Amino acid sequence: MDTFEVKKSSKVYDAVIVGSGAGGGMAAYVLANAGLKICLLEAGAMYDPQKNITQLKNPWDSPRRGASTKFRPFGDFDACYYGWDIDGEPYTKSEGTKWDWWRARMLGGRTNHWGRISLRFGPHDFKRKSIDGLGDDWPIGYEDVKPFYDRIDKMIGIFGTNEGLVNDPDGYFLPPPKPRLHELMIKNAATQSGVNVIPSRLSIITKKEEQHGERGACFYCGQCNRNCSIAKADFSSSNVLIYPALKTGNIDIVANAMVREVLTNKEGLATGVSYILKDDMKEYQVNGRVVILAASACESSRILLNSKSTRHPNGLANESNVVGKYLHDSTGAAMGGILPQLFDRKRYNEDGVGGLHVYSPWWLDNKKLNFPRGYHIEYWGGMSQPAYGFGFGMENLNGKFLVKGEKKEAGGYGKSLKEDYRYFYGAGVGMAGRGEAIPREDNLCEIDSNVVDKYGIPVLKFNVKWSDYEIQQAKHMKETFKEIMHNMGAVVTWGANDGPENDYGLESPGKIIHEAGTVRMGNDSKKSALNKWNQAHNCKNLFVVDGASFVSQADKNITWTILALSMRASEYIISEMKKNNL
Amino acid sequence: MDRRKSLKIIVTSVFASGAVVAGCNTSDKNAKTPKTKFNLDRAKEELEREKKLLAEPDFFTAHEMTTISILADIIIPADEISGSASEAKVPEFIAFIVKDMPSHQVPMKGGLRWLDMQCVKKFEKSFVDCSQKQQLEIVDTIAFPKKAKPEMSQGVSFFNLMRDLTATGFYTTQIGVKDIGYKGNTPNQWNGVPNEVLSQYNLSYSEKELKECINFEIK
Repeated sequence: MDTFEVKKSSKVYDAVIVGSGAGGGMAAYVLANAGLKICLLEAGAMYDPQKNITQLKNPWDSPRRGASTKFRPFGDFDACYYGWDIDGEPYTKSEGTKWDWWRARMLGGRTNHWGRISLRFGPHDFKRKSIDGLGDDWPIGYEDVKPFYDRIDKMIGIFGTNEGLVNDPDGYFLPPPKPRLHELMIKNAATQSGVNVIPSRLSIITKKEEQHGERGACFYCGQCNRNCSIAKADFSSSNVLIYPALKTGNIDIVANAMVREVLTNKEGLATGVSYILKDDMKEYQVNGRVVILAASACESSRILLNSKSTRHPNGLANESNVVGKYLHDSTGAAMGGILPQLFDRKRYNEDGVGGLHVYSPWWLDNKKLNFPRGYHIEYWGGMSQPAYGFGFGMENLNGKFLVKGEKKEAGGYGKSLKEDYRYFYGAGVGMAGRGEAIPREDNLCEIDSNVVDKYGIPVLKFNVKWSDYEIQQAKHMKETFKEIMHNMGAVVTWGANDGPENDYGLESPGKIIHEAGTVRMGNDSKKSALNKWNQAHNCKNLFVVDGASFVSQADKNITWTILALSMRASEYIISEMKKNNL
Repeated sequence: MDRRKSLKIIVTSVFASGAVVAGCNTSDKNAKTPKTKFNLDRAKEELEREKKLLAEPDFFTAHEMTTISILADIIIPADEISGSASEAKVPEFIAFIVKDMPSHQVPMKGGLRWLDMQCVKKFEKSFVDCSQKQQLEIVDTIAFPKKAKPEMSQGVSFFNLMRDLTATGFYTTQIGVKDIGYKGNTPNQWNGVPNEVLSQYNLSYSEKELKECINFEIK
C-alpha cells in the first residue's frame, strides 16, 4: 500500500533557489561561483539547449509547420515550453478581470525564447512618484543599479549604441546590425513624425569578446526565440548562466519540482522549502541557509501567501499585506499593414538577428500629455521564413492591388494565384507599443479560497483592470502608428479600427508577459515586503529576485533589471554571510 | 564530455528523453508503432500528444482525400517555377492539420459535402467524377468572393479555407520555400541591405549607421 510520507533531505544547502529564469539563473550563477552550495528547484522539465534543438529547422520539420500548440503557444519551433494553459494547474479570475498568465515550465524559463530586448531603466524610472505623483518611488536609484547593468552588459553581451539619452542610459554595447529595408523605411517615416528611431538593444553577441568564453557570435538566422543552441550567441538563463554555473559542481538541480511553500522555524526564519516532485508525485523538503524565490512575479507571491505559520499568519513576508498587490504588466497595442513599394521585391536573406534591428525609445514629455507614462515601439516586417498561416487571407489582398500592373478578381486559384503569393511576399510591416502601467494596490493576485491545483496547492485568483491612464496611452500608440504607417505609404490591414469600445486595442493585462510588482521593495516595511536588497523585511534569510520585487516597471522590458537586481542581491547575500548576518 | 561529469541532475531529463526518441530515425525495429517524424525538440507531454495524433485514424474518407487532392492542385498547379500542391504533399498536410486543429474539421468535412451536393445538383455526380471542365465550372462559382452569388457564400467560405490550407501547406515545404524565394535559415553575415536594393528604393545608410554598425568584409 502507498503510504504518504514527506521525504526530508538532511543536507543543508547554502541557498535554495526556486525558479531558474533570469532571476534564479543569475542568483545560482553568482552564488555557485562564490563557492556556495545551491539547490535549484524548477517547476518544469529539464532542458539542455545543446540537445533539445529547434534552431535552423525548416518549416516542414514540424508536421504543423510551426503552428502553435498548448505546449508551445508561440509556435512549434519556439523554445519556451508551456505558457497560457497548463494541465492541472488552473488559476481563477474575479468577475470582469481579463488576466492571462504565462507560465514557462522548463529550465531557464521564459529566457529561452524571449525577445532579448535588454533595456536598462533610466534615472526617472526609479523615481516616478517624485515626477508625477503616482505609484511609489523605488528605495534605490539608477546610481545603485548602474554598476550591475554595466557588468551584465559586458558579461552577457548586448548590442546597441550610446545615444546620450537621459532616461535610456548608455551602456557597454557591441555593434548593432544594420537596419533591414523596411526598418530604413520605418526610420524615415517615424522621424518625419518626430519619433526617435535608434538601433535596438538586444542581448545578442555580434562581436565576440574574451569574457564571452565558449559562446560565439551571432550568425543571423533570426531565430532567437528558438534559443541559440548552436552559437549560444543570445542570452538565455540556460545557456549563459545555469550550464556554465553547473561546472562549479556547486549546484544540484531538481526539475519538475513544484514548490508548495517556504518552511520557517519558531523564530520565523526560513529553513527551506517543501515541494512536490511531478515525476513521482511525492512530497519533499529541502533545507537552506537562505531561500531565494525567483518563480516569476505571480508564482513567487503565491508561494509566499501559501507559506502561513504562527509567526507569519498572513503568509511569509506579508506583515505589510502587500504581497500579491501592485501587480502590473506592460501595456501593449499593435498595428499591421503592407508596404506596396515592397511588392515583387528582390529576394535576399534578411533574417538578421532574432527581432528588431531598430526601435523607438519613449520620445515625449508626459507632462504635456493626458497619460502619465511612456512607451517604446517595436517594429517588424520583411521576408521571413514561411510557417503555418503563410498565405492566409489572400482574397483580402489580391483584389485590392494591381499585381504586376494587372487588376485581378479577389481570391482565385491556379498559376495566377501562385504569382500573387510571390508578388506580395515580404511586403508586411508592423509595430507594437510596450508601455508602462501604473501599479495599483487593487490590481492583485490572491489565494483563491476554494480552488487548489492537482498538487493540492491553493491557486491564485486575479483581480486586474486597466485604468484610464493605460487606455489613453494605447490610444496615443494607435495614433502614432497610423501616422508612421501613413508617412511610409503603408496600407494598414489590421489594428486600425479601435475605439473606446475595445480600449483602443489595448491588450488585456498579462498578455505582454512582463508581470511585476507583487512582492515589492521599499524602505517602509508597512508598505513593502522587501528591503532595497530584495530581502524580506521580516524574514532576513528570504529573498525575492524576480520581477515581483519591482516597485514599477518603466517603459522598458524588465529582464535586464531582473538580472541586475538579482546579481546585486546575490552579492549582498555573500557579504552578509561573510559577516555572519545570515 | 566535461559538462556531463559535472552535471548533477537529480531528476531524469524528460526533455532529453523526448529528444532521444525523436532523434531515433533509424530505429524501425518496432514496425507497429507509428513512425515519429520529429527531428525537433519535443518534451514529454508534447511527444505523447504527437504520438496520439499520429495514431489517430484518418479523419477524411478516401473519397474526401481525392477531392482534397484535386482541389489542392487546382489551387496550386505546377507551373514553370515549381511543382503542384500534391507533389508537395499538401493533401497529407491537410489530413494531419485537421487532427491537430479540430476547429478545421467541421468546415472541411461539411464544405466537401456541400461541394459534392452542388455537383450532384448540377451534373448528377460527385466532384471527383466530374470532368475537369465541370470541376472548374463549379470552382469558379466559389473561388471569387466578390463576384460569387449570395447563394454560394458557404462554398466561398469553404474555398477560402481550402485556399489557405493549401497555400500554407505548399509554401512550408521545400518546393514551396524555394518557389517563394525565402533565402534564410542558414548561417550568414548580415551586412545590410544589398547596394542595388538600396539604390532601387533610393535609400542609403547614414554615416552614423555605417560607423556604428557591424560590418563584414565582402569576400
